[in-house]
Amino acid sequence: MATLSAVMKTTAARLSALYLVLFAACAVMLVIYVSSLSTRILVGQTQEAISEEVAGLGRAYQRGGLIGLVRLVEIRARQPGANLYLITDPNGRILSGNVESIQPGVLDSPGWTENAFFYRRFGEPGPEGGENGHAAVAQIIRLPNRMILLVGRDLSEPDKFGRVMRRALAASLAMMGLGAFLIWYFVGRRALRRIDSVTEASRQIMGGDLARRLPVSGAGDEFDRLSENLNAMLDRIAGLNEGLKQVSANIAHDLKTPLTRLRNRAEAALNSSGGPDAAKEALEQTIAESDQLIRTFNAILMISRLEAGYSAESTTKLDLAAILSDVVELYEPAAEEQGVDLKAETVESVQIDGNRELIGQALSNIVDNAIKYSAGFGQKPSVSLSLRKEKHAIRLAVNDTGPGIPEKDRERATERFVRLEPSRSRPGSGLGLSLAKAVMTFHGGRLELSGTSGGFTVAMIFPAGKNG
Amino acid sequence: MKILIIEDDREAASFLKKAFSEAGHIADVASDGEAGFALADGGNYDVFVIDRMLPRRDGLSVIAGLRANGNTTPALILSALGEVDDRVTGLRAGGDDYLTKPYAFSELLARVEVLKRRAGTRDVETLYRAGDLELDRLSHTVRRGGQEITLQPREFRLLEYLMRHAGQVVTRTMLLENVWDYHFDPQTNVIDVHVSRLRGKIERGFDKPILHTVRGAGYMIRAD
Repeated sequence: MATLSAVMKTTAARLSALYLVLFAACAVMLVIYVSSLSTRILVGQTQEAISEEVAGLGRAYQRGGLIGLVRLVEIRARQPGANLYLITDPNGRILSGNVESIQPGVLDSPGWTENAFFYRRFGEPGPEGGENGHAAVAQIIRLPNRMILLVGRDLSEPDKFGRVMRRALAASLAMMGLGAFLIWYFVGRRALRRIDSVTEASRQIMGGDLARRLPVSGAGDEFDRLSENLNAMLDRIAGLNEGLKQVSANIAHDLKTPLTRLRNRAEAALNSSGGPDAAKEALEQTIAESDQLIRTFNAILMISRLEAGYSAESTTKLDLAAILSDVVELYEPAAEEQGVDLKAETVESVQIDGNRELIGQALSNIVDNAIKYSAGFGQKPSVSLSLRKEKHAIRLAVNDTGPGIPEKDRERATERFVRLEPSRSRPGSGLGLSLAKAVMTFHGGRLELSGTSGGFTVAMIFPAGKNG
Repeated sequence: MKILIIEDDREAASFLKKAFSEAGHIADVASDGEAGFALADGGNYDVFVIDRMLPRRDGLSVIAGLRANGNTTPALILSALGEVDDRVTGLRAGGDDYLTKPYAFSELLARVEVLKRRAGTRDVETLYRAGDLELDRLSHTVRRGGQEITLQPREFRLLEYLMRHAGQVVTRTMLLENVWDYHFDPQTNVIDVHVSRLRGKIERGFDKPILHTVRGAGYMIRAD
């Protein structure tokens, strides 16, 4: 699946490698530091012990002379784990102590031996020669009678310690290598696999499988969040795409039907023998029809532009109450003519940032609809408008006494071109509510349909707060 | 009236030229921005009708250039762009009116004639008179044959606009724009109902009609 170079290209593998190198370097430095420090401390302790020993022997020499010294050396040399003791005559012949042989030349200069030297104790097996004994450090003192006293200590302990440290270093390096591999294996490869699956899924989506979504493991980690966001984006795109398809189909239908009618009428007028009056009438109908087409077309364009995001500079501070009374005033005679009672109730003055034209048009669409469909059951049809500032919203509601829109159709009612009346007999492009909805979306608000037959309400909900 | 049409679509331009001359006006045509600017700057026109998108020089730039040269001849912008913003930019560039394509010629004609009149009478009169109908802008009164007629404020403004353009056709959209200050297209005949109400008030009890409906175009105040 993954070749080494591919593995090294993954972030996780790179991180594992980097951490491995870093920790290894740290471990090596730490071990070097600890071992050199502890070696120094051990050597220091050794020298201190030797110095004390020498001081003790010196006191014995003062008290009991050479005999006392030798006796003490004999006693101490026999103790288990004893230090090295050696007394020689000026010529280097061994008189007393527990050393059988010693590296030549060690005894020549008094004071601390500069380097570790080799020696062999009595009773120890081994071939002749100084090189194969134990290493040791010692202090060499010339006694007043030119005899030589050596007190030393074996170095095997610090050596052993150093070996332990080196072994520990090697072991920890090995552990780290193993750890890095495991981290890569469990984290890196897992990440790699998930990214592979995302890549694969997106490739399929690009390949045309638009319904496919990126895998979400359910772990809730950053991969899931990324996938979820990308999926939400894909859903949005799919929604827009679906809307576009729907709209093109609807445009095709809603523009083609009147265009066909138009063409048929022109053709009929051309072929008819009705004379100039009939021709004139046909032409007038043609113009009326094309005006309706233009109206529909303008509404489609406007909705598209609103949905695409209108420029923000087109908004100003305005009073919704003023627009409300404008629209009521504009529609009042027309409503009266149709026997509909149009009135404004509970109107508060509310300032918002908005586009007067758009809000005016949206509201007049809603009022137009309400008047058109307010004919109710027995009671006198009426349409009433109200404007109220609520806690989190501004609510401009248009209430009518008509049958309203059934609950199941409300979602659909604000879609483009949907006219719920199957017959399509009444005038209108079917875009009134869609346009109102687009205007509300543009203003950061929404359109709310509520109520029941005889008390149906379409409300324009504007966000409150930011404009006071 | 002498009109300059700057429009790059030949068919549309020749249709306009013909339609204007049928309405009793003289129209010249320029088919790009530069030529149009040269003609407009040199000639003596009453109204310019300028397409917004023109080859060689943009319509708005033509108007801005004319205004910079001190030419105040009213200009009407024709445009396929009809959103609120587009209208505002058009008028800001020095245009006097804005009409979105596709338009009815009757609408264009009515607007051009009103523009010409507006340019002619810069000072706004305080008393409008048409036949036996009088509108006094200062005292806010309307009389017909010496008899006072009570109007609602909006009806007064409607009549005021109609009377300022007495003898000229005023379209429904012109009324909505100038009396209500909205530019959208009301779906139903709301303006017609307003006008017929007003008509009821100023014609009831009088023999002669004075507020006429011009078929396919709009309305006109005219004392025969």
